Amino acid sequence: MRDGFQVKLDFDSTRPIYMQIIDEVKRAVARNLLMPGGKLPSQRELAEAARVNPNTVQRAYREMEAMGLVETKRGEGTYIREDDGLLASLRGEMAQTAVDNFIRQVLALGLKEAEIVKLVTSRYKELQNGKRGEQDDAH
Amino acid sequence: MPTEILVRTQGIVKRYGRTQAINGIEVEIPKGIVVGLVGPNGSGKSTFLKLLAGVLRPDAGTVTINGLPVGIKTKARVSYQPEIDCLYDWMTVQQVLDFTATLVPDWRPKRADEMIAFLNLDRGVKVRHLSKGMRARLKLVVTLSRDADLFLLDEPLSGIDPPSRLRIIKTLISGYEAGRHTIILSTHEVAETEGIFERIIFLDKGQIKVDADAQELRSQHGRSIQGLFEEVYQ
Repeated sequence: MRDGFQVKLDFDSTRPIYMQIIDEVKRAVARNLLMPGGKLPSQRELAEAARVNPNTVQRAYREMEAMGLVETKRGEGTYIREDDGLLASLRGEMAQTAVDNFIRQVLALGLKEAEIVKLVTSRYKELQNGKRGEQDDAH
Repeated sequence: MPTEILVRTQGIVKRYGRTQAINGIEVEIPKGIVVGLVGPNGSGKSTFLKLLAGVLRPDAGTVTINGLPVGIKTKARVSYQPEIDCLYDWMTVQQVLDFTATLVPDWRPKRADEMIAFLNLDRGVKVRHLSKGMRARLKLVVTLSRDADLFLLDEPLSGIDPPSRLRIIKTLISGYEAGRHTIILSTHEVAETEGIFERIIFLDKGQIKVDADAQELRSQHGRSIQGLFEEVYQ
């Protein structure tokens, strides 16, 4: 499918399929795989590629339109809305979800706030150093 | 908007000698959805579809389609694909299409042409020289090129290579007109088809074991229909 945008669905999840489709579009926008103003695949293309019922895709597109993520131009197709705030808010939303998950996991391991912050800081440094190391190796 | 009931069965029973194939099925299927008819071999899936198609008559109970008892009038609106291979060996792909067009009242040549192209079928080849996967593709073209209300597909993916299965599923999706077409598809290979099902009917020993909205089933149990299938019939 165009622009490297692909939909991966998890049928073992309790999350409804149409919501998973919306999640995938949001993720693609946040990662610049779909640009603001960019065209989404047609509902039928997406249904065929993801092998889901066209009704399910239709519902996902309808909801995305209602939440202001996309707009449909009659006879042309569906486009990601050109909205400066959209990208920032999507990235913020996804970052928050990722951090929330992380906090829940380490809390379950019995860590305290100070320990978590310390751990994040030290791991961040380590990972950045590791990345730099990889780049050096490449040269 | 009131949902229009397309298929209604009341207390249907079907026996083969002493074997009870269908044992009192009550079901209402609305117009315009895709139903997965799921169950192990011998659970009654094929018999159930045959009763809807009018190939078999129930020993007891009634089946109506669009409010009419199953008969000549309903058959004209129902496209049924049996599990067995019903194509004539000596015909070419093109001859199969021409022959079918003379048999059914609602043949759509344009749709047939689109599918022949998408499914990479060669019109000049004789049926006997087609691989199993290609025969399955041709069967699908014959079934789906009709302008019917109800499509009954009995194990369209069974015993077929993965590329053909994928093409068949995509063809089903591309030709499906939501709200107008109703599809009932029987399978025991749920994993590949579960995304297209809106409702799932699990059959076991000729009875309905589970009958529910596909999404509700997944949300309730936190697992795929495939996973549930393995759990229900282990």
